[in-house]
Amino acid sequence: MLNIKVLGPGCANCKRLESLVQKVVSERGITAEVEKVTDYVQMMRWNLMKTPGLVVNDTLVVSGRVPNEAEIAGWLADGTV
Amino acid sequence: MEQTLRTPSTPQPVTTRQAWLLVGAAAVVWLIAYNVIQSLADWLAYGVLGQARGSHLGDSLAFFFYDVPKILLLLSGMIFAITILRSFFSPERTRALLGGKREGVGNVFAAGLGVLTPFCSCSAVPLFIGFVESGIPLGVTFSFLIAAPMVNEVALVMLFGMFGWQVAGLYLISGLSIAIVAGVVIGRLKMEHDVEDFVWQIKGGGGAVAGEHPTWAQRFTQAWESTREIVSKVWLYVVVGIAVGAGIHGYVPADALAGVMGADAWWSVPAAVLLGVPLYSNAAGIIPVVQALMAKGAALGTVLAFMMAVVALSLPEMIILRRVLKPRLIATFVGVVSLGIIAIGYLFNLVI
Repeated sequence: MLNIKVLGPGCANCKRLESLVQKVVSERGITAEVEKVTDYVQMMRWNLMKTPGLVVNDTLVVSGRVPNEAEIAGWLADGTV
Repeated sequence: MEQTLRTPSTPQPVTTRQAWLLVGAAAVVWLIAYNVIQSLADWLAYGVLGQARGSHLGDSLAFFFYDVPKILLLLSGMIFAITILRSFFSPERTRALLGGKREGVGNVFAAGLGVLTPFCSCSAVPLFIGFVESGIPLGVTFSFLIAAPMVNEVALVMLFGMFGWQVAGLYLISGLSIAIVAGVVIGRLKMEHDVEDFVWQIKGGGGAVAGEHPTWAQRFTQAWESTREIVSKVWLYVVVGIAVGAGIHGYVPADALAGVMGADAWWSVPAAVLLGVPLYSNAAGIIPVVQALMAKGAALGTVLAFMMAVVALSLPEMIILRRVLKPRLIATFVGVVSLGIIAIGYLFNLVI
């Protein structure tokens, strides 16, 4: 099972990223656990310097922008391999 | 960065060549549009609507029809260009660049990079932690944090469009100077104890951040997206602001405001700063109004001070920064920056 974390204090982009991730996960029937990380101390585990950030299986794949669905799907597919 | 496009619904990635052609074509259209709006505005106001040249209503309308498309064109074109430029910078790279710098030189670098690095106020806290944790001095970090919102791209473009490059340049230089000086002052005050304690205990996980090397096509796409986002956020303020400004142009007698906002009214600069602090989100709508006020006798320094207070000192950002800064440091930050803005305001009122 995939572990997905959306890092961000709750700004507009963080919410957009979270709903995109949820959409991709449900549309493609991926079994994944989606968590929200809003605590700054936690975020620093990945040295995040710009929000939002997306972590798949403990690896930070993108930060500072909202990626599109195809990109997210790609990262999730890489994570299942 | 791997781009796996497995779904048929996603558009094919544009090649770099196609992207350049597209951007080139857009630039040509932009230039043509920029050059016809004056005649178009005159034709609309004096021809179609049948207003006499020199009449209050006619002049106000012509001003409105010209300025709205002009500012919107400038905003979209220049924000696109600025975003492209910024795509070469990132907070991670900036942090690395600032790493070995001492105070002083570090402050100058930090202020400059604050303007160039893409930054949104919701990232202020992780960025602050990331800087401080990697050993960048507090004062240098503040120079960055002050310059980033102070030299606001929307404000810069609007000033350029409505006042010309000289005023836009003055705004840029004064914003940088305030950021440098305020950072040096905060550094000298040795306020490390007024940063929340947990910040000093954080040890970065060292998880290497995926370094992105975007292609030109990706840079263009991202620049286009952020241009669309910013313009859709501010266009209404711009239109309303220009409408109010057009009304002032046509109907308020010249020099009506010289007594209240002119260079001789000593209290106008601090008053402008006090007024500007709570007005954060409306920066785009305020500049056209301010321009009209200036045409009626308000002084440049007062106007610039007002502008900077609007963009640099915002309540939402203070609330966000409260997570990592104790109240005393926030108060110092607001105080030092306000004093800097007031000083700049007086300086310009004196010199110009």
